[in-house]
Formats: sequence, structure tokens, C-alpha cells
Amino acid sequence: MIGIASYLVFFLILALIFGVAVLGLNLQWGFTGLFNAGVVGFMAVGAYTTAVLIGPERAAVLGGFGLPFGVGLLCGMVGSGLAALIVGIVTLRLREEYLAVATFGIAISVQLVALNAAFLTGGTLGLIGLPKPLAGLFDRPLTYNIFYLCLVAAIAGLAYLALERIVRSPWGRTLKAIREDETAAASLGKNPVRIRLEAFVLGSMIMGLSGGLYVGFIGYVSPFDFQPILTFQIWTMLILGGSANNRGALLGAVIVWGIWTGSGYAIAQVVPPVYQAQSGALQVILIGLLLVGTLLLRPRGLIGEEEHVSRHARL
Amino acid sequence: MLQHLADGLLTGAIIALGAIGLSLTMRILRFANFSHSELLTFGAYCAFLFLGFFAAMDGALQASIGPFSFSVALILATVVAGGLTAVLAIVLDRIVFSRLRRRAGAMTMVFASFGVALLVRNVVLLGFGPDPLYYSNELQIAVRLPLGVRVMPDQMFVLGLTVVLVVLLHLFLTRSLAGVAMRAVAENPDLARVSGVDVAAVVRWTWILGGVGAAIAGVLYGMTVQLRPELGFSLILPLFAAAILGGTGSMYGAVIGGLLVGLSENLSALIIPSGYKPAVPFLLILLILYLRPQGLLGGNR
Repeated sequence: MIGIASYLVFFLILALIFGVAVLGLNLQWGFTGLFNAGVVGFMAVGAYTTAVLIGPERAAVLGGFGLPFGVGLLCGMVGSGLAALIVGIVTLRLREEYLAVATFGIAISVQLVALNAAFLTGGTLGLIGLPKPLAGLFDRPLTYNIFYLCLVAAIAGLAYLALERIVRSPWGRTLKAIREDETAAASLGKNPVRIRLEAFVLGSMIMGLSGGLYVGFIGYVSPFDFQPILTFQIWTMLILGGSANNRGALLGAVIVWGIWTGSGYAIAQVVPPVYQAQSGALQVILIGLLLVGTLLLRPRGLIGEEEHVSRHARL
Repeated sequence: MLQHLADGLLTGAIIALGAIGLSLTMRILRFANFSHSELLTFGAYCAFLFLGFFAAMDGALQASIGPFSFSVALILATVVAGGLTAVLAIVLDRIVFSRLRRRAGAMTMVFASFGVALLVRNVVLLGFGPDPLYYSNELQIAVRLPLGVRVMPDQMFVLGLTVVLVVLLHLFLTRSLAGVAMRAVAENPDLARVSGVDVAAVVRWTWILGGVGAAIAGVLYGMTVQLRPELGFSLILPLFAAAILGGTGSMYGAVIGGLLVGLSENLSALIIPSGYKPAVPFLLILLILYLRPQGLLGGNR
């Protein structure tokens, strides 16, 4: 019983950490129509920035700042925001497809830096032995995990509430206006390029936050934590849950992560370990079918966008 | 230096073949197809499958031709693979892309193309396993060219074949009715439609050309490097870089773009650590988008 409960806590922590990234993607894709093919890159920037700043002193690797976890998280968000700013400035004024290609490129490049810039990232070994926030206060792993679950839930809840406010604000309504009809929005004096850039940077900062939370929980970071497949999973979470709906984003995160871990467990029961690569492929095929199937059969996802009508409108 | 130039030219020729199809789909179907590079993977593995089949049918087909590592069996297998890859491209269009084209935006199609890429790549991984495969185990002796450059006979063949295919494609696009219709749709789809161009046929031709080109590029890549399920994935950025660099929709642009990408990838080894080589196409993309977004040979749109 304890085993199931502790696994459930572990599962929910990861699902909610990814849920935070899905919220960031939702701001970009769901509300603004910006395609980010490099979610994992922005998460990795946040994760590594946090890891370097909170990490202990070590030989041959930059570190020893020993900053508190909260400061690390904030700096990680700033780091991801800066990365988004660079890509955004070059590509957001162009055709939207180019943003997809460029963000895909930045995810690949971030991974290359993680693998090769050993003085900063520890190379293939990654950065290990990172302090877990407030770990000293808890004597058992389970109680610590419950604490971390509460922390992640609080942050995810805060991000959810903030985003709900933001998308209902005048700025948020402008996002949707630009998504629906850029020319019309521009004719009303809005600057689409600037507002898109703001949404892109803010969304990427939330992804960086998710990366930082991941590092705080796992206690290390390596290039292999941020594989391209994670980007696909996060998209599938958003599309399945319901694009342009923040509750859908969180719901999708829990469901898709459940399907992913559940199918992994089920396949491992049937397929011998020699065929590990093949069973991994089966899991990914499942995610791919889920993504394409949702797009074809239920484009709005489980809970899609709510219709908002101005309270001044008279029917 | 010269060796890097020669290697870059050869890699570039393969990238160019793949990028022509991508560039055409980007222009005619109007979306960035991230699953295009998986057609290379599919074609390359199809050829591997049929290579075994043809070799088993007649042992004489197995013998290598002249100084090259490949056999008549591989040529036959490539023909079959080209056909099957074109069929796959059309089937994917029927099941996924054409439906989304009718009711959703271009970006939803990009989304779907990522999903499709994932499916194709992992079905290949499921079928053939993660380990690298080779068409032939024969060792090749490098030919020494003047100025100390060494190239494999296969690599020279790749370059020659690319030139021949580009000329054939040029003739197709300028002389045949289907080719002219394709260019018309690329230029202005609505005008082409009211002028009586069968747009559905043009879409089919685009996938056929893209699929066959991708399969040949995939086989050539497998021949000069190796076959891996991530073959296509690692080529996504080079292919897009070539297509965007040349200007989407421009066939010659894609060829020049491909050669430039191949050259800069190989020459980059002179100035940056080789671990960063895969990022070179990305830097090229950022550079060209910043300086000349319509690409080298692309007109203003």
C-alpha cells in the first residue's frame, strides 16, 4: 500500500512538473498560435542554469555559487527567457513555419552545448549531487516527496492562476486577436510582432521553470534528461488535454504521463529486456498515434477552448 | 582543407537531393514537413530489405560493379524503394495531411508532420532494431586525386548521380505538362485552379517526386555512411537549412543550399570543435533568415 502511495506521489510530481511546461506551451501555441518545436531546449536551459547556480563546488566545472533553490529557479527562468528572446527576434517577424524550424534547431543546439561544454554542464556525465531544497527537514524519502509534491502543486497552481488572469487581461485578449486575424489586430493599432515576442518569451520562461523544478526533484541533470521525445510528449499533453485551455493542459499532462509510464510498465512485462530499444519504440509509436489521432478525430482535445463573449455584447 | 571541400561537396550532394523534395512540398503544399526526412529513412531501409530479396533471387546480382561497393541488386532495390516511398508519401497525405489541409491551418499540419515523423521512425526502429546496418561489407579503396585529395569511388558516383537527377528534374519541370502545372501551382494556386490545373494531380506529383528523391538520397546516405533509424532525424536541420537557404520552391536553390550546407558542415571542423557540427545548419538558418529571409534564389513573396 505504501509502495503504491509513494509511487503515486512520484508519478504526480513528474506529471505536474511537465504540466508546468505544458502551461508554457499553451500560452505560446494555444493562445497565441506560436509553434515551439524546441520545448525541451528551453526546459534544458532552465534546468542547467538552476543546476549550475545551486550546485556545490566541483573541480573543472563552473560552480560553487550555492545559491538558494528559489533564486536558481528564477535565474533559470531568466535564462530560458533570454534564449527565447534571441530566437524570437530573428524569426517572429517571418513566416510562422520558420519559427518551428528555428526552435527545433535551438533544442538540438542546447543539447550539443550540454554534451560538449564540459566546463559548464559537466558534459555527458552531467551535474550530479545537487542539493535538494529543504531536504534536511525530512527524515524519510516519502515525506520529502510529499513535501515536494505540495511545492510543485503550489507552483503549478500559481502558474495556472497567473495564466488564467493573463489570458483574460487586455493583453491576453490581444493574443487571441492576433492568433485569429493578425491584420485586423494590427489595424487596431496592436503591434503583432512585439506581442508575439512577449508571449513567446513568457511561455519559454515557464518552460525554464519546469526544467528547474525537475532538477530540484531529481538532484542531477544530464543531456539525456532532455531528449527530443520529451517535446513530443509535452505537445501530446497539450493537444490531448485541449489547446487554449489551461485546465486541459494540466489534465493532459497527467493523462499522457499516465499512458506513457503505464504503457512502459505493461510492455516491460511482455517484451524481454534484450529488445529494450524496440519496446521504447512501441511506447513512442503510442504517443505518435495519440497525437495524430487527436488532431484528426478530436481537434479540440478533451476540454477545448471556452468561448468568450464580451459582456458588452448583446445577443 | 581541400579534403574538407571534397567531403563537403559529397555530403552536400546527398542533402541537395533530399532538400529538393522538401523545398517543393514547402512551396506547393505550403507547410514545413518535418516528416520529409523520415522518407529518407524509410527509403533507405526499404532498399536494404529488397537488397536481400534480389540477392537471394539471383546470386549473380550480388557482385559489385567495377570499383563501386554496390551491386545490380542494390540498384534494383533502390528502384523498388523509390516507388514504395512515393506510395508511402501519398498514403500519408491521404490519411493525415489532405484531411488537415481542408479544415485546419498550416501549423496544425506541421504538428501532425512531427507525429508522422515519430511514427515512421519508430516503426523502422521496431522492425530493424537500433544497430547500424550496411548495404555491403566490402572495403573500398580510396582513389587519390591530384592535390592529395582522397575520395571513395562511391562518393564520385553520388556526385555524378546528383547532377544527372537534377538535369532530369529540370527537364521534367520545364518540358512536361505535369511539371508546368506544378510550377503554376507553386506560383499561384488559385490562379492555377481557375486556369484548369488539376491541383490534386499536382499534389500527387509533388509527393512522388519528393518520395523518390528522398529514397535515393536515403540509399546514397546509407551507402556512404551507414543505416540507422535516426538517419532521417539527424538530417532534419540540414534539409531545412538547404531548402530555406536556397529559397523554398526553388529547385536550383535547394541544390545550391544543399551544397552550401554540406560544405559549411565540413569546413566548420577547421574552426569549431567537431562536437558542435550538427549545430552548423541551424546557425546557417538563423543567418539567412536574418539577412535574406526569401533565400538566395527565392523571389519576393
